Amino acid sequence: MSDPMGFLLWVKGPALDGALAIFALGMLARLVEIFMLGRKPNYAEPKGGEWGPGFKTILTRSVTDPGTFARAPFNVVVGWIWHLGFLIALLLFIPHIELFKGVLGIAWPGLPNPVVDAITAITILALIATLVHRLQHPVKRRISTREDYVVWAVTFLPLLSGYLAYHRLVNPYPLILGLHILSVELFLVVFPFTKLTHVFTAFIARWYNGAIFGRKGVES
Amino acid sequence: MSPEANSLSLERGLNALRAEIDAPVAAFFSSCVHCGLCATACPFCTETGDPKYTPILKLEPLRLLWEAEFTLWGRIKSALGLARKVDDAMLAEWEELLYDSCTMCGRCSIVCPVGNDLQYMIRKTREGMVASGHAPEGLIGAASRAIRTGSPMGLQWKTLDVQIKHVEGSTGLQVPVDQAGVDYLVLLSSMEIINFPEYLGAITKIFDHAGIKWTLSTDCFEATNAGIQIGSKDIAAELVERVVSAATKLNVKNVISPECGHAYTAIRWEGPNLIGRPYPFRVFHIIEVLDELRASGRLQTEGKETDRLSMHDPCNLARKSGCIQQQRNLMDLVAENFVDLKEHGVYQWCCGAGGGVSSNERAEHLKMAAFKRKKAQIEEVEPERMVTMCATCRTQLEEGLEEFNMDIPVVGLTEMIADHLVEKAATKG
Repeated sequence: MSDPMGFLLWVKGPALDGALAIFALGMLARLVEIFMLGRKPNYAEPKGGEWGPGFKTILTRSVTDPGTFARAPFNVVVGWIWHLGFLIALLLFIPHIELFKGVLGIAWPGLPNPVVDAITAITILALIATLVHRLQHPVKRRISTREDYVVWAVTFLPLLSGYLAYHRLVNPYPLILGLHILSVELFLVVFPFTKLTHVFTAFIARWYNGAIFGRKGVES
Repeated sequence: MSPEANSLSLERGLNALRAEIDAPVAAFFSSCVHCGLCATACPFCTETGDPKYTPILKLEPLRLLWEAEFTLWGRIKSALGLARKVDDAMLAEWEELLYDSCTMCGRCSIVCPVGNDLQYMIRKTREGMVASGHAPEGLIGAASRAIRTGSPMGLQWKTLDVQIKHVEGSTGLQVPVDQAGVDYLVLLSSMEIINFPEYLGAITKIFDHAGIKWTLSTDCFEATNAGIQIGSKDIAAELVERVVSAATKLNVKNVISPECGHAYTAIRWEGPNLIGRPYPFRVFHIIEVLDELRASGRLQTEGKETDRLSMHDPCNLARKSGCIQQQRNLMDLVAENFVDLKEHGVYQWCCGAGGGVSSNERAEHLKMAAFKRKKAQIEEVEPERMVTMCATCRTQLEEGLEEFNMDIPVVGLTEMIADHLVEKAATKG
């Protein structure tokens, strides 16, 4: 592990296995923790269903209402940009698709490298903007905890290290590629124990929201 | 309070909070990314500009308890002594956030991008606040008066009886009392009886016009539920049982909740769960009943209001119960110059007085601050009068508009409908 190649082999091997295991088990534990709690029976005569409105809210809550958009355009626009950018960099970069193909056995078309490169640069800038916003906006600063900054860092590092690796800005290459993979592992390890769980649980939360309101005949 | 009594009440409060944590709560807290959008949805935040009123922050005691005791990582942190504990001082500090600066209007629940129903959790957190002895004096007073006298304002049947006589005198109609086997048991709110006696006259006329068989009950006339506002299931269940017992005794098919927002959500949505069984009757808000009468052609009106009217949707009725189109149908019936506020229906803004805030004298300045959002909405469309269908909203609108020297009268929709009924003789002819 003392040489860059040894380091790369380690992060691609045992470290990745460990990170994936912590991610999967941790996330499974969180989902079990949520669903085991259940809900009390509801005896009130319903005005509407739960399943339909629940699934509808999973979709509709992705779009901000016009009033909120006008009051918080930065949150909405920058939030959308970096979420999409992150997903594109993760899922549509051809070397990543190769990796998924190796692990999952399935592949999909990617975007040309220069396109992903440009999107990654925009995403990095958008994430920096969210950090500045978090530090400066009175509400965000007041409600932010150490966890928010840790999560920002572990989300930012894979993008930054990926960008540096792609442009060969750090030498030797195996070192920066290894650091890139390590940053992803850090992300995976932190994931189940922080607000990163929202990647999965936001869909559950939205379903409950839609179901609770839907039962009362309200489109939420 | 002695330290022993303090720790005992704290433990009682924490137990009440533990009992409230369910799958939705765990999913909601797992999903919050601290984006702060809930602050843009809350009139207490937007109008005071103080970030401490951010809705998600109001839930910190519940969140801390959930994290420490209901998550793997939280349990590890607690075991290592790294988790912040919910203590009495924290709950004392949070009292203002959970009661004075929240009407449980649910607007944050509609706006949150990850789908957190924050209002659902505020309601739950109040259970722990009451149990630990951290509820506002004003609400404790209202709740104990409700248990003792049946009315949060200490109003007794004899006061209502005087009003009944007035209504009978002025309308020439009989106000039915304790009539068994009729279609509807009508409930009222004390606020309405005191501030808006015209409501009782209006429904008396409307039901006579439509040929509805209804009754009041001397056993229970109060629809509001101070137990729900303060957040005590025991008190709330006792108040619901009184309605159920009165309705059962008179063997009515339906119960009508009056022009009051929270009374409706209390009896319609929370009631059956508080007593742990479905009702042997159905529950409607008066506006739902009136719209049903309109749709079935039993409401014959004549003439229309000609001035520019706008409408305030009570949160509990619109956003929290899906009653949005009904009041607009009724407005169409009697108003020719109606204009909606820009954000209305599900996205309407709270008047600032609901959820127990109006019973909490200490919160008066916050209540008026929150009203500024409604004021701004009203200024946008410049109505000559406002119409609403909740006595608490109506009182707040009247007080607020007066505070800001805005000469805009506020009327109840039910009375407005009653004013346009076709005379009975004419209908027959």
